[in-house]
Amino acid sequence: MYAFEFERPGSLDAAVKALQEEDAQALGGGQTLIPTLKQRLAMPSKLVSLKGIAELQGIAQEGDVLKVGGGSTHGAVARETKGIFAGLSLMASKIGDPAVRNRGTMGGSLANNDPAACYPAALMATRGTVVTNTREIAAEEYFQGLFTTALEEGEIITSIRFPLPEKSNYQKFEQPASRFPLVGVFVAKYGDRVGVGVTGASEDGVFAWKEAEEALAGNFAPEAVDDLWVSAEGMMSDLHGTAEYRAHLVKVMTKRAVAAAE
Amino acid sequence: MPQVSMTVNGKPATGDVEGRTLLVQFLRDTLHLTGTHVGCDTSQCGACLVHVDGEAIKACSIFALEVEGAEVTTIEGMANADGSLNTIQQAFQDHHGLQCGFCTPGMVMSAAALLKENPKPSETEIRDYLQGNICRCTGYHNIVKAILAASGQETAIAAE
Ligand SMILES: Cc1cc2nc3c(=O)[nH]c(=O)nc-3n(C[C@H](O)[C@H](O)[C@H](O)COP(=O)(O)OP(=O)(O)OC[C@H]3O[C@@H](n4cnc5c(N)ncnc54)[C@H](O)[C@@H]3O)c2cc1C
Ligand code: FES
Ligand code: FES
Repeated sequence: MYAFEFERPGSLDAAVKALQEEDAQALGGGQTLIPTLKQRLAMPSKLVSLKGIAELQGIAQEGDVLKVGGGSTHGAVARETKGIFAGLSLMASKIGDPAVRNRGTMGGSLANNDPAACYPAALMATRGTVVTNTREIAAEEYFQGLFTTALEEGEIITSIRFPLPEKSNYQKFEQPASRFPLVGVFVAKYGDRVGVGVTGASEDGVFAWKEAEEALAGNFAPEAVDDLWVSAEGMMSDLHGTAEYRAHLVKVMTKRAVAAAE
Repeated sequence: MPQVSMTVNGKPATGDVEGRTLLVQFLRDTLHLTGTHVGCDTSQCGACLVHVDGEAIKACSIFALEVEGAEVTTIEGMANADGSLNTIQQAFQDHHGLQCGFCTPGMVMSAAALLKENPKPSETEIRDYLQGNICRCTGYHNIVKAILAASGQETAIAAE
């Protein structure tokens, strides 16, 4: 690791200010950033830890929306959304392992936007909103491809807002060595629509599988997607799975998620 | 250089560190508590697992300065007051839950965190909880048996 200064501000204002310094970078749970620093793939002059900021904590239902503080750990999300939002709780409970879940945060995961990260699938399926220190960004504008988001330099994710579905589920086809999904599909059913968010599959990162959303809105059953076909074009291909294999998994995971939705 | 203070195994510990000093380096190099191992240094293996304010944390994936003011427990803090092995450690010995022993500190710390959360875990729950602890020797069966025994349960497990 290159050397850097470490700062732990106690308020959002102080963190925003600290991040204005040239080459300062936010540190959430460090479960992605610390390994990155070890490989010398980043060279911040200063790390600004967001762990001591009360404004980034807290998970609460506000009417038909679930608000999750950007600094909430995966463990807290798993525990505190049980019974409110089954799919999200299940998703969080399967991220990495218990120690990763005790440190890693939702804000950090969404800011990083790994093409195989779990939360982007939930945010896309629900058409949720990322709230920052300056603005609100809708899911479809937020994700801009691999490791790329609409966030500006120094912008902090303060909370995430998910419209609460009637039923939801997440199916993660796990790549056992990394414990990331090879393909993950989140399904969210509302009174008037269905959302299907797919992660791990496309070269452009998370996407909404719109044909399946339409078909499932008419008939929320696994068979509703039987006649649909996911093209392998633009799917990721690596030693863990070909583009064709991933395309096939998208459909299989969607059907499983619909069948398991609660 | 900034200073960091924390409680380690019940005793106050203070030292000078850099921003980039990891907790595991502070434990091993400054405090000479070398029971906490570094297996991968890439957050995968769990050999460096310790408890920070009661939670299982990979000490290779947290900076020492992030632990300011916290209570840390390492494998050196696990034995009974008279120095004898605690229940989990004894169960690892009785059930041959270790061979080379490299992963064992992390396994014991992980098992302790699991049993605090879930005092009578099933075999599946144990295997699930240990996903972030990698052992190159035992094939996990005896580790699972040891944890079942430490929680006062039958140690018969399904062959996999
Ligand atoms: C062994 C292992 C297995 C894993 N398995 C999975 C998995 O199955 N699924 C999955 O989705 N993830 C997985 N992860 C990744 C994990 O979820 C990370 O916690 C997450 O990607 C990053 O969150 P963090 O809080 O640790 O962020 P950090 O590592 O601290 O930061 C990541 C990036 O986000 C920025 N950042 C952090 N917080 C904020 C904020 N509030 N606002 C703006 N920017 C911010 C940082 O500057 C940095 O660029 C795994 C990680 C490990 C080590
Ligand atoms: S050394 Fe920390 S997880 Fe392997
Ligand atoms: S006993 Fe050798 S690595 Fe586990």
